[in-house]
Amino acid sequence: MKRVGIEVSIAIAEAAALAEVEVVSAYPITPQTHIVEHLAELVANGELNAEFITVESEHTAMSAALGASLAGARAFTSTSSQGLALMNEIVYITSSMRAPVVMALANRSLSAPISIWNDHSDVMNERDTGWISIFANNGQEAYDLTFMAFKIGEHPNVLLPVMINFDGFILTHVIEPVWMFDKEEVKDFLPPYEHPYKLDVDRPTSHGPVGLPDIYTEAKKQQEEAIRNSRKIIDAVWDEFAERFGRRYRAVEEYYADDAEIVLLTQGSVTEAAQVVVDEMRKRGKKWGVVELRLWRPFPFEDLKKVLCNNNIKCVVVLDRAISFGGQLGIVMSEVRSALYHEKNKPMVVGVTAGLGGRDIRFDEYVKMYEIGEKCLKEEKEPDKVIIVGLRE
Amino acid sequence: MRLKERPKWQELLPGCVIDEPGNSVNYKTGDWKTLKPVVDKQKCIRCGTCWIFCPEYAYEEDEYGYFNPNYDYCKGCGICAVECPARCIRMEREEE
Repeated sequence: MKRVGIEVSIAIAEAAALAEVEVVSAYPITPQTHIVEHLAELVANGELNAEFITVESEHTAMSAALGASLAGARAFTSTSSQGLALMNEIVYITSSMRAPVVMALANRSLSAPISIWNDHSDVMNERDTGWISIFANNGQEAYDLTFMAFKIGEHPNVLLPVMINFDGFILTHVIEPVWMFDKEEVKDFLPPYEHPYKLDVDRPTSHGPVGLPDIYTEAKKQQEEAIRNSRKIIDAVWDEFAERFGRRYRAVEEYYADDAEIVLLTQGSVTEAAQVVVDEMRKRGKKWGVVELRLWRPFPFEDLKKVLCNNNIKCVVVLDRAISFGGQLGIVMSEVRSALYHEKNKPMVVGVTAGLGGRDIRFDEYVKMYEIGEKCLKEEKEPDKVIIVGLRE
Repeated sequence: MRLKERPKWQELLPGCVIDEPGNSVNYKTGDWKTLKPVVDKQKCIRCGTCWIFCPEYAYEEDEYGYFNPNYDYCKGCGICAVECPARCIRMEREEE
């Protein structure tokens, strides 16, 4: 392992190369472009023995990755925002056909108005597509999680695609120190990919057949069980990684959660920013903490309950970086609130939204989020709608 | 793997993969149709146009070179009746 200063996009591409992907099928889109550019370079230079498919759209990028994966090749794609939206049809099909494609998703807001900047509206739009979905909050995590994604998705008891989320620009275009592996170190960590029913002329199989009303329900139940059971493998892979390489990943990450009265629940790069705020405010006597929902799908119900219903935490302020129009506004907030619904000692759940379309969240705005929690506790009332922090009105 | 008639979810292969090649012959789609093609062999010139155009491969050639629809698989689309250059195929209502 060597620690190098590297642009996070390049590190993610290197993680895919480290996994020796056999097919890269991707279309450039800001802010993901550097990832596929670097992979194209590695293939062109002969440093990576892979087929790089230059497709004409993201819809085809996803389709070709799906086909490659079912043919038995380790397949990788990467996109952002509108690209993911265009892929949507095949995103759903890829998980339904149990093809363990890995996608690096540089999170970016959806148009309109056109925004190339970061929020989580792209991934939230794909919430119910049946992919394992994991958030990274810095370059090191994006690198590690992308590499591990292959081992998780390709496990014979899983066979599901995995999407790794990392914030566009905030991470993709930043140079960070990242511990990078040598090929030798990880050689036996990632076993060769074997799909048990791959497309093979000597042992013919049909994929993607019609499912009449008599079979569709059973097919969906099987898929739901598969992603629920993938949790065991996710934990096992992360544990093995921690034992061998020393960096531990958990479905729900805590920062001062054990003795905090109010925690901010985050996903992605805002996690570390919130931690800086907590460090500073603890000096001023505030018992605040941060809880990061790293694993988004399968949703870690038990882990979340264990962390949030610990008797100390009185209020959890959930920071959503996307909006569900006409609904609860906060997608993560409403999931967290319903996950805790049956718990006896559950904290108050308050929803805030900020950082949409690339707007920075300032120090005082993080403080404001915690203060909203304090106010709700004082008034003993959960607000009935999400509060948008930093909104001009 | 030969699927049972109405499998439980645990009995499906991942992603509904079919690993028994050609098993679609076990699924008879013939009962989808409301009209069936009837070939008038007096007019038939045995050209095979119906056999070429049939999207279900439901026409089978017999020992005399005539092409006959297999009603187990014919869905009654009527493409054969439209394409037949000898106008010898008539679509008739299926009677029980």
